[in-house]
Amino acid sequence: MSYHNPYTPPRKSATFDDYTLAEIRRAAATGIYDIRGAGTKRKVPHLDDLLFLGASISRYPLEGYREKCDTSVVLGTRFAKKPIHLKIPVSIAGMSFGALSGPAKEALGRGATASGTSTTTGDGGMTDEERGHSQTLVYQYLPSRYGMNPTDLRRADAIEVVVGQGAKPGGGGMLLGQKISDRVANMRNLPKGIDQRSACRHPDWTGPDDLEIKILELREITDWEKPIYVKVGGARPYYDTALAVKAGADVVVLDGMQGGTAATQDVFIENVGMPTLACIRPAVQALQDLGMHRKVQLVISGGIRSGADVAKALALGADAVAIGTAALVAIGDNDPHWEEEYQKLGTTAGAYDDWHEGKDPAGITTQDPELMKRLDPIAAGRRLANYLKVMTLEAQTIARACGKNHLHNLEPEDLCALTMEAAAMAQVPLAGTSWYPGKGAF
Amino acid sequence: MPVIDLATTPLRELNSALHNIQKGSNDLSYEVANPRGSHAVAVGVSGPVLVDVNGSVGYYCAGMNDGGTITVHGSAGPGVAENMMSGKVVIEGDASQYAGATGRGGLLVIKGNAASRCGISMKGIDIVVHGNIGHMSAFMGQSGHLVVLGDAGDALGDSLYEAKLFVRGTVKSLGADCIEKEMRPEYLQKLAELLEKAGVKDVRPEEFKRYGSARKLYNFNIDNADAY
Repeated sequence: MSYHNPYTPPRKSATFDDYTLAEIRRAAATGIYDIRGAGTKRKVPHLDDLLFLGASISRYPLEGYREKCDTSVVLGTRFAKKPIHLKIPVSIAGMSFGALSGPAKEALGRGATASGTSTTTGDGGMTDEERGHSQTLVYQYLPSRYGMNPTDLRRADAIEVVVGQGAKPGGGGMLLGQKISDRVANMRNLPKGIDQRSACRHPDWTGPDDLEIKILELREITDWEKPIYVKVGGARPYYDTALAVKAGADVVVLDGMQGGTAATQDVFIENVGMPTLACIRPAVQALQDLGMHRKVQLVISGGIRSGADVAKALALGADAVAIGTAALVAIGDNDPHWEEEYQKLGTTAGAYDDWHEGKDPAGITTQDPELMKRLDPIAAGRRLANYLKVMTLEAQTIARACGKNHLHNLEPEDLCALTMEAAAMAQVPLAGTSWYPGKGAF
Repeated sequence: MPVIDLATTPLRELNSALHNIQKGSNDLSYEVANPRGSHAVAVGVSGPVLVDVNGSVGYYCAGMNDGGTITVHGSAGPGVAENMMSGKVVIEGDASQYAGATGRGGLLVIKGNAASRCGISMKGIDIVVHGNIGHMSAFMGQSGHLVVLGDAGDALGDSLYEAKLFVRGTVKSLGADCIEKEMRPEYLQKLAELLEKAGVKDVRPEEFKRYGSARKLYNFNIDNADAY
């Protein structure tokens, strides 16, 4: 009997998969690392890995559409004379005019205002349109200080001192020359067409002791009226939260690694920082240890997509959440409507992340006047308002099922975890057990 | 002239008084006694207010000044006149780190020395230092003028954009993308103007050298990676 070698299919390496090989070839051909927008694309433990238990014999639910489930939140109750009152615990995260087009910023302002929530400026300063269309506007105080001035500081409703963001804790930013229009250049006091670096640390303070004095200065300039938030990337959430509280923050904004960026090195986005899920409990623990939980509010961001995510973040102890990427999607980012044009850019709807190049077919992450015209800020604002309404209704649905008459009454005891990782990070029991990793450990 | 004694009056009352000066008021001159290193003295001043601080101050004195004339008869801590919009701030003594950081306009005069990172990220402010300045001064300076009658420390003008630097003494080293540039007549004229405004006498513009951006790092190029 003759013997024929049976066919064995070619085997590709799990370590050197197609994407990795392509990246090595791209790096070799161009000599530059990949820069892109958005947050991490790798799969990390997330709020999806948690489930609500719902009501049972030991606790009763509330009637949907009938019994009240409050969604309001007040931010900045610690020191500010004028705290922020939001109707829903979902705010719009900081995104700059420059990274985003004027119509996109307007749409965010319109949608947030219609929903009774706040929107946030970004690196590049405050525009009149943004101020005008946002009933409640948080003004970011960033290392670059592009566009920073006392007039805008005073016409803001709150100030957010940005220490870091989840996509790149420890990193600055770069707005590439192609997105620098005359107006953007003028707002940033730089020549048109050159790359604009956003510094990674503040020019006039380092460390928590300096931050305390910086916050004092900002409070003095604004006559102690405005809530002062401190935003950190998800790196050392326990200590960062504790230090922000010590420095005098009214609100801590904590952004996990799924949080987006306008432009950062892919290697940074994918390899620095912690998942949002892993950040929440340590931050809440820090607040509880200091006796400041609910006194200094905690806003969680990074990969919040639905009312379920909102409810889970709040159940773990957050006071509110912020959305960035999801808000952009709601107003039209990565919409399959533009698939033909995404294809021309070598990508596809849902994967487009070259936001720094300014060629966004949806007219959102661009300064190109023709592309911008595609985004109707009124219709896009309406879409965002619809989306925020759905998120709120979803969160209420879950809260009522857990018997809560306020979203803030959700608690870790309402949750279980689907995976060991999520159980450890969220410190809620693995489903079907009363145990999570670390519980009872020394 | 109202005198606010910080030994007995809270800081809040000082800044509140400075922020609430009514239009047409005759009381536009304030004296601050016993600052004793207080932080955030006379911050957020807007309008033509004169403030004389009799003593040394801590961090961020005259922060975000917009039109005021603030004189510190002593030394200033970090971040004096940070993000100044317009007006004039004079420090009779020395200034600590980050003097004039991110300033957008106005004139900052330091009659003593300034520590490191003087004029960091400056965006239009003019700074005149009678003495020496420390390392990393004018880092990422975007626009405005930094005039130093003495010497400059290491890495002057690192990653400079369009800020213009004039040093009369020695420069220990230049930062990435910062080079010595030709002193053209328009710069001599500007220097003369700044020296006069800063009350500097017996010093000629011709004694200074000019430094500015080589503009090689304006657009990212992998071949420049060694510059950082």
